[in-house]
Amino acid sequence: MTTPVSVSLVVNGVRHELELPARRLLSDALRHDLRLTGTHVGCEHGVCGACTVLVDGRPMRSCLLFAVSLDGAEITTVEGCQAPDGGMGPVQQAFHECHALQCGFCTPGFITTITAYLDDNPDPTRDEAREAISGNLCRCTGYVNIVSAVERAAELIGDRPGTGGA
Amino acid sequence: MKPPPFTYHRPTTVDEAVQLLAAHADEGPKVLAGGQSLVPLMSMRLAAPGHLVDINHLPGLDAVEVTSDGVRVGALARHAQVERDDAAYDAVPLLRQALQHVAHPTIRNRGTSVGSLVHGDPAAEMTAVLALLDGEVELVGPDGSRRVGAGEFFVGPMETEHADEEVAVAATFRRPPAGTGSAFLELARRHGDYAMCGVAALVTVDSDLAITAARVGLISVGPGPVVVDLGPALSGSGGAVDPGRTRELLDEAIDPEDDIHATAAYRRRLAHVLTERALRQAHDEARSRRVGGTDGGSVEGAA
Repeated sequence: MTTPVSVSLVVNGVRHELELPARRLLSDALRHDLRLTGTHVGCEHGVCGACTVLVDGRPMRSCLLFAVSLDGAEITTVEGCQAPDGGMGPVQQAFHECHALQCGFCTPGFITTITAYLDDNPDPTRDEAREAISGNLCRCTGYVNIVSAVERAAELIGDRPGTGGA
Repeated sequence: MKPPPFTYHRPTTVDEAVQLLAAHADEGPKVLAGGQSLVPLMSMRLAAPGHLVDINHLPGLDAVEVTSDGVRVGALARHAQVERDDAAYDAVPLLRQALQHVAHPTIRNRGTSVGSLVHGDPAAEMTAVLALLDGEVELVGPDGSRRVGAGEFFVGPMETEHADEEVAVAATFRRPPAGTGSAFLELARRHGDYAMCGVAALVTVDSDLAITAARVGLISVGPGPVVVDLGPALSGSGGAVDPGRTRELLDEAIDPEDDIHATAAYRRRLAHVLTERALRQAHDEARSRRVGGTDGGSVEGAA
């Protein structure tokens, strides 16, 4: 009934030509077909934000997208948010410094969301930082340290000395 | 929580999309635009369309155009794009005011305003905005195109005039008259979640700053958006909206239901309170537009 569909995706700078069932969610295409298991699947209906990835630079829920619909798109997952030398990227570094994760399940969604947010808003207030992460759920850390990590990441990206943060 | 299988189509023109929809009319075809409502419905197996016609690759449908009439939003304009559009905000501020309440920014990056209208969720903010602004939806089907006004477009919960074999290519939100202020307020259990009640308000003042018109559009308190003309609640001097009469007019128009999120009585209470607050905000904005000379409305009746 449903034949596989060809789709071309650029994921973290690498082009992939895939043949996928039409119903394959982007989250599953990343995890199962491309073995990029950094993207986590929580609620799978667009509520928790754990599966957030960047599509052409904008954060979107990968569990609410059919991979075949994204032909030609550029996708950045948490694996693509690291530093060029393979070390931690600025948002990851900020999470580390601010103790902004415990179990880490929700973290990939926060990292991608915050990375895109700071591109548009390099110097958010604490309230703005809170608003920026309001679509992502964390069940163990609470949000205080994550808000601090947004501020700290902004400092790291702007190459400013630490004033707030942890 | 995986969507059921379907046959996927990726047309490159609107005509091709319409032909595909018509060819599979008896197999439950659906248009895939942003998918931010459709995909979770499919994952939860509440919807199982046999064919999905993906319009995301159709050229020319992503424009947000400001015309003398108002703002015309193409089928592929994402909520976030409409929200950020400064020209659209200048012409119809209510668009941005309402869009800030639509789910989360992440959802707004993909979801489309036109798709949300076609989906017809009684809790969808944009339905009330279209209805309040006397907007219309442009539909293209096998027999050509037609425009349907908001009054006829919303038929019931998740039900609109849009037929299975049609593609909604755009929606036009009409520019309110000069001297009009607007506001959108809602209350949800969780930030970004569906509203238990939401109110869009338009208040128009004349050059003496007296109120000449007040209307509200409500969500989540009826089978679709409910528009209430508060003209009968305006006091003789035109200076204020009578709160008691406003509540009576609201109660005659709305028909909220109990569900796990809120009782009907609570939704009714929210409709009263949010309407009062939204009217106040819209009135303030109308006054400052008149006084500040920043009116973006049409020139008709301008001081």
